[in-house]
Amino acid sequence: MIDELQVRLVRFIRRLMTRPRIDIPLAFGLILLASVGLVTLYSASGGNMAMIGGQAARFVMGGVLVMLISRIPPSMLRTWTPWLFAGSVMLLLVVAGIGEVRSGSKRWLDLGVVSFQPSELLKLTMPMMVAWYLHPRQLPPSWKDIVVVGMLIAIPAGLIAEQPDLGTALLVSAAGAFALFLSGMRWWKIGSLLAVVGAMVPVAWHFLHEYQRNRVRTLLDPESDPLGNGWHIIQSQIAVGSGGVFGKGWQHGTQSRLDFLPEHTTDFIFAVFSEEFGLVGVIGVMLLYAFIIGRCLWIAMEARDTYSRLLAGAIGMSFFVYVFVNGGMVAGMLPVVGVPMPLISYGGTSAVSLLTGFGVLMSIYANRKIHK
Amino acid sequence: MALRRRSIKNTRGEATLFRVRAMVGFALILLGLGVLVVRYHYLQVQRHDEFALRSENNRVKPRAIPPARGLIFDRSGVLLADNVPAFRLEVVPEQVKDLPAMLAAIREVVPLDDSDIDAFKKQLKQNRRFDSVPLKLHLTEDEIARFAINRWRFPGLDVVPYLTRRYPYGPLFAHVVGYVSRIDADDLTRLDADRYKGTSHVGRSGLERSYEDVLHGEPGYELVEVNADNRVQRVLETHAPTPGKNLYLNIDVRVQKAATDAFQGRPGSAVAIDPRNGQVLAMVSVPSFDPNLFVNGISKADYTGYMNAEDKPLLNRALKSAYPPGSTVKPFLALGGLELGIRRPEDTVLSTGEFCIPGQQRCYRDDTRGGDGTVNMVRAIEKSTNTYFYRLALDMGIDRLASWMGSLGFGKKTGIDLLGEAEGILPSREWKATRSKFPWFQGETIIAGIGQGYWTVTALQLAHATATFAGHGTPYAPRLVMATAVVKEHPVPLPNPPSGPSVIRKPHEWEVVNQGMEAVITGGTAKGQFTGFPFVVAGKSGTAERFSRRTNDYDNNKNLAYLATRHRAWFIAYTPAEAPRIAVVAMLESGAWGASDAGPIVRKVMEAWLASTGGPVPPTNTLENVPATPSSTPELPEDTPVATPADMSAMPADSTSTAPPDDGGNP
Repeated sequence: MIDELQVRLVRFIRRLMTRPRIDIPLAFGLILLASVGLVTLYSASGGNMAMIGGQAARFVMGGVLVMLISRIPPSMLRTWTPWLFAGSVMLLLVVAGIGEVRSGSKRWLDLGVVSFQPSELLKLTMPMMVAWYLHPRQLPPSWKDIVVVGMLIAIPAGLIAEQPDLGTALLVSAAGAFALFLSGMRWWKIGSLLAVVGAMVPVAWHFLHEYQRNRVRTLLDPESDPLGNGWHIIQSQIAVGSGGVFGKGWQHGTQSRLDFLPEHTTDFIFAVFSEEFGLVGVIGVMLLYAFIIGRCLWIAMEARDTYSRLLAGAIGMSFFVYVFVNGGMVAGMLPVVGVPMPLISYGGTSAVSLLTGFGVLMSIYANRKIHK
Repeated sequence: MALRRRSIKNTRGEATLFRVRAMVGFALILLGLGVLVVRYHYLQVQRHDEFALRSENNRVKPRAIPPARGLIFDRSGVLLADNVPAFRLEVVPEQVKDLPAMLAAIREVVPLDDSDIDAFKKQLKQNRRFDSVPLKLHLTEDEIARFAINRWRFPGLDVVPYLTRRYPYGPLFAHVVGYVSRIDADDLTRLDADRYKGTSHVGRSGLERSYEDVLHGEPGYELVEVNADNRVQRVLETHAPTPGKNLYLNIDVRVQKAATDAFQGRPGSAVAIDPRNGQVLAMVSVPSFDPNLFVNGISKADYTGYMNAEDKPLLNRALKSAYPPGSTVKPFLALGGLELGIRRPEDTVLSTGEFCIPGQQRCYRDDTRGGDGTVNMVRAIEKSTNTYFYRLALDMGIDRLASWMGSLGFGKKTGIDLLGEAEGILPSREWKATRSKFPWFQGETIIAGIGQGYWTVTALQLAHATATFAGHGTPYAPRLVMATAVVKEHPVPLPNPPSGPSVIRKPHEWEVVNQGMEAVITGGTAKGQFTGFPFVVAGKSGTAERFSRRTNDYDNNKNLAYLATRHRAWFIAYTPAEAPRIAVVAMLESGAWGASDAGPIVRKVMEAWLASTGGPVPPTNTLENVPATPSSTPELPEDTPVATPADMSAMPADSTSTAPPDDGGNP
């Protein structure tokens, strides 16, 4: 019995080594990024080992999650997709009904042991659903398909925005939209849709919460409210700008160490990074992100079917949205929204949901086309 | 249906389409990341200097360290103004949730005046939220103990040590040294904000005010690293403050004490000046007040007490009160007669008891009924013969009289190193023209000849004139401060060159007037007042009437108490007559006769001065703690160089022994 188990274990490990179901370059990029995240967190948290240990444990958990999910073939994922999507939308409705209110927004679902945000699930189930819908359809998508996909995106995104959680709503709708974009939607259709969306902006402004409007206003003129809403933007820019080309050096960022920079372990951790490692560090990390996204798109191109392609591509491209929104926010270019810097910001939910996505990518990689 | 759709689905075409889209997408993503990099480049390279500065300003805050105020010593190094540690209650406003409630609650623990609250609220507006603001200064031990028990109720409040000013001699030097008090809102607009950062007190009166610049010193600062809550993390660098300079007065505390005691509480003033250099050896105004009460905010009761007191203890009579000088100006007038060539010493005048202007009804009296007979200049000074001086004034005319007296310093500031000096009035045609529609009358010239009428002088002015005369005409601006000393260094004398050329051209003329003034002491109005004094004294009494005569009848009431209500008593004198070293003026606001009432005060000042210089002690001297020299011969005691603090070597080498270390310490 034990011998048999041992034999199976040895065989499993050997197979993992000889024919890995994960993409080594992508895994390498992610591990490198996670390491940068831990190093930055060490400095940003002032050497708080409990935080670093927790984050490292989450990365390990996430790694195991990647391994496990990579064993699930995409075809099986595709079969589950409608149910997963319907389930996560249901949970969103439950949150809207009985969710727990934390700091003014209703995002959390308390399951007794753990509490989590169902909106995080949508970050993955949304592109899955769009890919599932477009998979059997004639591509490029027709207006009818576009409208259906638009509905699929709008309903959960609207629920999330209502919580209110603009950052997640943005990420979720971006993931869906990227799938639509990658499916080959005609340029003129994209153009006219963007025009419509552009025309809707003033209407959307009307529906924004006052605090969200203030964030936009503050972005336009942070010095108008230097101690209130502008404080984040000003202090973050000071941190970034004072870093210069080569940075102040690891653990020498005064803005975060002396608490001038708010949220310096979570949303604004990239300001700490920029302050301590300078423009050189920023370019390095941007190259790393570009590499990871490029690798995702390469995996997508190599994928066996439409569903896999669209899913992998959408996951990779929404990774960019994280980087762009967070990086832009830290640099005072975009309003303050709760989007973390992927794998650098401290926090469990985003790390786990991100790595789940990469698990799906690994699965798609493992089931790629067989080249002649 | 689904099958049919699938059959027409172009899988290969889709893959190609996807490939293109993925590449376009990736290109857009690279573009997006590129935009980010450009933005970071903009912040980190182009605007780096600006943000680096702002980051540094965030982090590093300068904090002022107030300097320790200079100490004030008397001539021989006795401490007159000291810095002593005390405790005050301070509030950090940002740590107090409900300020009005806190103020209401703390009053039950530590009693607060409304003035405390007012000062606190004023300073509150001028300070940053995280800077502590003093709420009450100079806590008593009882208050500290009560606060300690209740401390938990008052977050943001703390008892903090600081240095406060103390005047060990209290009222004795109140009018000279003055006092410091808390900086108020008006001061903040007047003072250099950078120099006074962190300083809580400023010189308010007396030398504390006049020498504020010298005493204050230069603040230091330290650069501290603060966090976003402005909590100090560590001190980066410290620049020690420069403590204020110490002052050494010309006054000897023993002379000052003797002069004050001589008044026995009667309102008046006395000033003693060294004719050789203008050093003020004593300056007294009676009654006085306790300057210590003002330092940390005087209570309302104390203040109204001082303000309502009939004898005005807060008034510096020596400096600010001007009264008619009476007969004390006669020697100066006589000298003027000689200098202007109007009189020769041997010219005589017949005094019959009454002097009438030729062709007018109005007559002016001598003090003695029937007059002093035929008097020359010396005798006229000795007997204070009014008629002699009526005529002299008349012959001189008001213009020359005013000009001559002006050259002796009357009618203008003496230039003493103390602010707030009164000018008095030296009457002249011009002066009257600005105040009256009437022209100058001859009668006014006549009464000016005996120091009456419009003419008013301060005791300081008269002392200055007496000293100028005693010093053979060379004027010196009176100086209270002899030297200043940088902490731990030897005092450096302040130069005091003559303020002008001698007003006496021929030494012989001086001798004549001096002879008259010596005669005042030996056989004149002050006969017997200086019996037994080891040196020759020359002087002049003055009894100025406080009210005009209404009838031509002689007032036969000789009751001294009655006369005191009608007269001001003056006495001026200097000694030794052959080479004067001290000139003294005493004024009693209500004295019957100049010689008998003010004269003894002058004598006591001179005796104390003599004792302080180590000279022979006259038999009547009752001063304690004065080492008597065995020698009984009235020889001139050896004097230390006039412009150097005496007993300097006897002074503690470290003049800040009671002061804090150099870095200040006033938190």
